[in-house]
Amino acid sequence: MKPSPFRYIAPLDLDEALSALAASPDTKVLAGGQSLVPAMNLRLTAPGAIIDINGIPGYDRVTVAGGTATIGMLVRHMDLARPGFDDPLAGALAEISQHVGHLPIRTRGTFVGSLVHADPAAEWCALALATEATVVARSAGGTREIPAAGFFLGPFTTALREDEIVTEVRIPLLGSGTFGFAEIARTAGDFATVAALALVRLDGDAFGEVRIGLAGAESTPSRPSAAETSLAGQRVTTEAIAEAATIAADSLQPIEDAQCSSGYRRHLAKVLVMRALQQAVGRAA
Amino acid sequence: MKVQLTVNGTSQTVDVEPRRTLADTLREDLGMTGTHLGCEHGVCGACTVLVDDSPVRSCLMFAVQAGGSKITTIEGLADGERLHPIQQAFVDNFGLQCGFCTPGFVMLLEGAHRMGIEPDADALVELLASNLCRCTGYVAIKEAAAQALAVRRSSTAPSRGRPAQPARRPTRRYR
Ligand SMILES: Cc1cc2nc3c(=O)[nH]c(=O)nc-3n(C[C@H](O)[C@H](O)[C@H](O)COP(=O)(O)OP(=O)(O)OC[C@H]3O[C@@H](n4cnc5c(N)ncnc54)[C@H](O)[C@@H]3O)c2cc1C
Ligand code: FES
Ligand code: FES
Repeated sequence: MKPSPFRYIAPLDLDEALSALAASPDTKVLAGGQSLVPAMNLRLTAPGAIIDINGIPGYDRVTVAGGTATIGMLVRHMDLARPGFDDPLAGALAEISQHVGHLPIRTRGTFVGSLVHADPAAEWCALALATEATVVARSAGGTREIPAAGFFLGPFTTALREDEIVTEVRIPLLGSGTFGFAEIARTAGDFATVAALALVRLDGDAFGEVRIGLAGAESTPSRPSAAETSLAGQRVTTEAIAEAATIAADSLQPIEDAQCSSGYRRHLAKVLVMRALQQAVGRAA
Repeated sequence: MKVQLTVNGTSQTVDVEPRRTLADTLREDLGMTGTHLGCEHGVCGACTVLVDDSPVRSCLMFAVQAGGSKITTIEGLADGERLHPIQQAFVDNFGLQCGFCTPGFVMLLEGAHRMGIEPDADALVELLASNLCRCTGYVAIKEAAAQALAVRRSSTAPSRGRPAQPARRPTRRYR
């Protein structure tokens, strides 16, 4: 199908975009278009105006300063295949980018757009939650810094206001930590049926800090904190990892859809958390 | 809105509504129907074209967004009667049945090549998962893609933007 008519606004700087957004309700921000345009073509949404942010300079890079990586709103999935800095976080971004859509999706779709779209099965949303990222939202009225933990409110629903543009997302570097990632999807490049990201910092031969993010398990990205705390201070053993994976799976309220039952999702969550933890521990060794 | 596009090396100016997708502009306004539309929501890949040498879904981009860009479509690959190596590889390997999906696959592979992506066997399968073929000829498509890659590798100077010469004489031709 074809989208309904809209007014096209292509600002060349952010302030212009913010005032255009403030001036017209019924307006959508267009980044990579890989989620918005399908919805418009299917007429699931019919905004009266589109603000195309692709021409705004200065937001197409990942910058690193003071232990934080900052991902600008025009950094494409593809750019994260080679994030260009030296930290295990770069490895996580590179590996996970290969699971987000297909090459022609990755050349256009943006990291930030994926967070704002907030598909429960989106890999980047789980990463933002597990890494305790900060979403920086600008409006004509000012700037808000929203922690990822308070950003994802429901399926396709975030804490972002209609007059706000996310300009960047800040992610703390992992430093001496390591990551593990495991996903099951129906086909290569499809949204995750379930995906798990584990971030681990060892303390000698015991778990220090452990963080886990899941995509596709619940109606928002999830962070099974009971499983994380169950590992803290424990010796690194296969049993401890298996136990934590069980705790993680049991703590979920998995969604059910035409693809699979909630029971199967719970099972996947357990297996994938286990694999991700094992991988993270293996990288630390 | 007036938009200037460079399509297969020729500068074109079209006057389109903002809601006109790049795919529709190529097909309806410029009469270049080699770019196919299957799903129109990003899933099938039939509409894949290159924008500034990167593969994109032309059903998910508005023509007004492509202003000033260099667009390459399936019509821009062959050198007169001589097929582009990827096209030739599809012919040689029976990589098509009805052919509806073929322009998309060819442009996907050409785009990956221009981006400097050299997939191994597993990565090639993942790359091809981008596009759908309803005649289910994936094995032949994979073989065609593998041949195209091999031809590219053996040609000494793979060029950006200009098709490499086929390594051997075409065994069959399009009519
Ligand atoms: C075939 C296909 C397969 C895909 N597979 C996956 C997958 O496996 N995993 C996955 O995670 N995603 C997948 N996607 C979705 C893809 O990742 C999108 O790129 C992403 O969800 C949205 O990013 P975008 O830049 O394209 O945003 P757009 O489509 O431009 O926008 C999406 C939404 O976010 C808003 N928005 C975007 N940027 C901003 C901003 N800076 N500030 C405020 N609002 C903003 C828009 O208004 C819109 O509501 C797939 C898409 C397709 C078509
Ligand atoms: S027509 Fe564009 S992806 Fe199917
Ligand atoms: S050859 Fe018919 S759709 Fe692929």
